[in-house]
Amino acid sequence: MAKSNILARTGNEAMAEAMRQVNPDVVAAYPITPATEIVQIFASFVADGLVDTEFVPVESEHSAMSACIGAASAGGRVMTGTSSQGLALMAEMLYIAAGLRLPIVLSDVNRALSSPINIHCDHSDTMMVRDSGWIQIFSENAQEAYDNMVQAVKIAEAVKLPVVVTTDGFIISHGMERIEILDDAEVKKFIGDYKPEHYLLNFEKPITVGALDLTDYYFEHKRQEIEAMKASTPVIIAVGSEFGKKTGRSYGLFEKYKMEDAEAVMIAMGSTAGTAKVKIDELRAKGLKAGLLKPRVFRPFPKEEIADALKGAKAVAVMDRSDSMNAQEGPLCLEVKAALYDKAANKPVLNYVYGLGGREIKPEDIGTVFDDLFEASKGKEKPGVSYLGVRE
Amino acid sequence: MKDLVEIRWHGRGGQGAKTAALLFADAALASGKYIQAFPEYGPERMGAPVASFNRISSEPILLHSGVSNPSVVIVLDPTLTESIDVTEGMPDNGVIIINTGKCPDAIRKELDIPGGIKVFTVDASGISKETIGREIPNTPMLGAFVKATGMLDFKEMLEDTKKKLEKKFKNKPEVVAGNIKAIERAYNEVRSQ
Repeated sequence: MAKSNILARTGNEAMAEAMRQVNPDVVAAYPITPATEIVQIFASFVADGLVDTEFVPVESEHSAMSACIGAASAGGRVMTGTSSQGLALMAEMLYIAAGLRLPIVLSDVNRALSSPINIHCDHSDTMMVRDSGWIQIFSENAQEAYDNMVQAVKIAEAVKLPVVVTTDGFIISHGMERIEILDDAEVKKFIGDYKPEHYLLNFEKPITVGALDLTDYYFEHKRQEIEAMKASTPVIIAVGSEFGKKTGRSYGLFEKYKMEDAEAVMIAMGSTAGTAKVKIDELRAKGLKAGLLKPRVFRPFPKEEIADALKGAKAVAVMDRSDSMNAQEGPLCLEVKAALYDKAANKPVLNYVYGLGGREIKPEDIGTVFDDLFEASKGKEKPGVSYLGVRE
Repeated sequence: MKDLVEIRWHGRGGQGAKTAALLFADAALASGKYIQAFPEYGPERMGAPVASFNRISSEPILLHSGVSNPSVVIVLDPTLTESIDVTEGMPDNGVIIINTGKCPDAIRKELDIPGGIKVFTVDASGISKETIGREIPNTPMLGAFVKATGMLDFKEMLEDTKKKLEKKFKNKPEVVAGNIKAIERAYNEVRSQ
């Protein structure tokens, strides 16, 4: 590693650096603590002529994501950054970006949601939009923030879904650490040129974007989006492994730390995973079999893989840096418990997604569910999730 | 992480406690170390007490918690000792470096610092007024810090800091020269018991 590629950077600087190297066509953003610096530093790259990006300073995060959607629909490679209330204000447009299958990359610096007003780290903001159709990738430190941003561009464009990469507010965003970066040319080569399949500025093949889609086809389009999310898993793994070949830093769906023979396993995302590793080393030195599973990809949630990884564990602690306000557990714990349930349940719990976009639910649909249930109760294998009333 | 060193900088908003931690981390990185530098985010008002932190190690640093037992403490403003226990959490063999014209003995008595903790003093405010023309004690304290702890090679640190300052003050070469002079003087003038 050349010395010039080893830098002291805060998480925000690391993410801005990745954005500079990606050199997107458009960045539309509105600054918010603790993500302000990402936008500010990137704006200075634009002002200094270090990127070719069209920078759109907007009046709100809702407008930021709207402008991103417009630019991505037109065929551009598009990035932005925000945090907390900013992500909340974007929420409406996040669903639209995902539904339109636009590969926008967003850096979200995790911060608590008001009220009470608080600018510090928790994961409530990302969790609030966990069902919006964005791939969600968490970072433990500034290095991972940089690495994930570069990989996110390639993943997003390969699967035609937007990706949000997170860092922990202040802890990572404002903490300076040692990071290793790729050369500009290597990043360019890694992500390649963006060649959108369908886009508004392609006058040879005109398209309509954002059309009305009522009970006739909405469900089918949503189903395609769901399948795209599922299909992104092998792509995320392949991109993480290719990145590893280039840099020596491989990425998967989650990281296992001292898990081989671990009896007590902690599950934690973001910067806390690092602190947990230090503690686990201390426990291991005392002969205690502690381990860590650090989910990197929260959406799509690696359900089966995590259940497999937890096979040997005797007890599992799930660390949730947000709460679901009287759901049975925090959002990460709900996912983990559900994943484990399917592996060890004494009764099958089947899931039917139905009625999206007003699709009618008929008595015979309900009948199908009961047919399945009675078969399942006799031990017949049934799919965990089915889409009821969708046309295949 | 056997050789992990944790450092706490005390200052008042505007004195450059954060910048000092960043500059030090950068210099440590240049010498091949793994580094962390982060401020304590709270009341960031001009003049209010603030703190910033470093972790330095020859191995990757995984901890992302705050620093509560720093082995090195640097105090940029001597008046802070009236309202803050600057030695809080320090181990018995720690090192504290204070910006003051007073001698280490007097400070030890004044603050009732336990015997194991090594006390260093340097008049960084006076030095910065003479060399930079303003009271900016953070860069001279870097010089005193390197002398007191021997953690970095002084010449390398000076070179690296110069580069960083030249980038930051592109159009003000006199600021860079003043800061470098301040670091050198503090390095030479810091006193121990």
